[in-house]
Amino acid sequence: MSSTLPILAQLQFPPIENLVEWPNFIGGDDDWWGFNKIALYNLTALVVTTVLFLIAGSKKSLVPRGVQNLMEVSVDFLDKGIVQQTIGHGGQKYIPFLGSLFFFILIGNVFSFIPPFLMPANARMANPAILALLTWAFFICVGIKAQGPKYFFNAVFPPGVPKALYILVTPIEFISTFIVRPFSLAVRLFANMLAGHILLVTFAVLCIALFTASFVAAALVLAFPMLVALTAFEVMVAFLQAYVFTILAAVYIGGAAHPEH
Amino acid sequence: MSVLGTLGTMAAEAATELTPADAKNVSAATNAGLAYGLAAIGPGIGIGVLVGQSVQAMARQPEAAGMVRTTMFLGIAFTEALALIGFVVFILLKFA
Repeated sequence: MSSTLPILAQLQFPPIENLVEWPNFIGGDDDWWGFNKIALYNLTALVVTTVLFLIAGSKKSLVPRGVQNLMEVSVDFLDKGIVQQTIGHGGQKYIPFLGSLFFFILIGNVFSFIPPFLMPANARMANPAILALLTWAFFICVGIKAQGPKYFFNAVFPPGVPKALYILVTPIEFISTFIVRPFSLAVRLFANMLAGHILLVTFAVLCIALFTASFVAAALVLAFPMLVALTAFEVMVAFLQAYVFTILAAVYIGGAAHPEH
Repeated sequence: MSVLGTLGTMAAEAATELTPADAKNVSAATNAGLAYGLAAIGPGIGIGVLVGQSVQAMARQPEAAGMVRTTMFLGIAFTEALALIGFVVFILLKFA
């Protein structure tokens, strides 16, 4: 026990830049077109999603097997679990957008605990910000298509409110619908993934530092059991964040397409 | 035990002189911890109340469990976003 106290006194957390900033492979560090590891992970998530759906759609057998079965179960889950609960009838035409969103975010999140990658692609703000802006533009366009230019009027002056309350309700509705929605979508995904990543790195660094001191020291402050438990928690958070982003996008689209709900 | 004595002496020496960069670091760390700590109280209570009520609802009417579960996840996402905005403030204060 006396040999581990000096080790505990010297534990140093790596500077946060090592966790979140990666040097570019191609191009200098300041070029906007530079390509780094996070961009490579995003590209991998894109390729995996596309290939999964291409393989699943190529056979078209009546009794699905293998990859086709897996993808049909997923699309069924999106249809019954997300679209029909929130958009209701007429929601089937939004399944391609919601499905692509769900699988891209899911595979990017799953990289957080897979050994060669070990960094979630959504832990940098670029990806969640662009996806949130895309969803924002999408539900505004759905609203304009369903209700015409009156959509903006109906969104900030909801019908059925006594006229005197509009002074209070309209600014709240405007800020809540057009400003807070994309911002909260982006921040929710980004902060969840970054927090999970920092937690896992903290416990992993603690485990390694204790393990180099002595073989059993890693169990002393419960570092290794906590690491295992947090990895299991991170698996759940990865799925949950992809599900929550998709279901919120579906709720916003439903609100724009059928405002009477 | 002598290690703790050394640490105490180092702390006592350091406390007498603080460069402006060190003072900024100390105040950033204190405020960042305060920011996230206070931001996590409300959503903690909120999510606890929400999940408790949804468990009650699922126990009263098990046929509605699917719909209750979906709405529960939606509610958890909204309240957790507030705690995570506090986490973003923590990151901004400490590392930027």
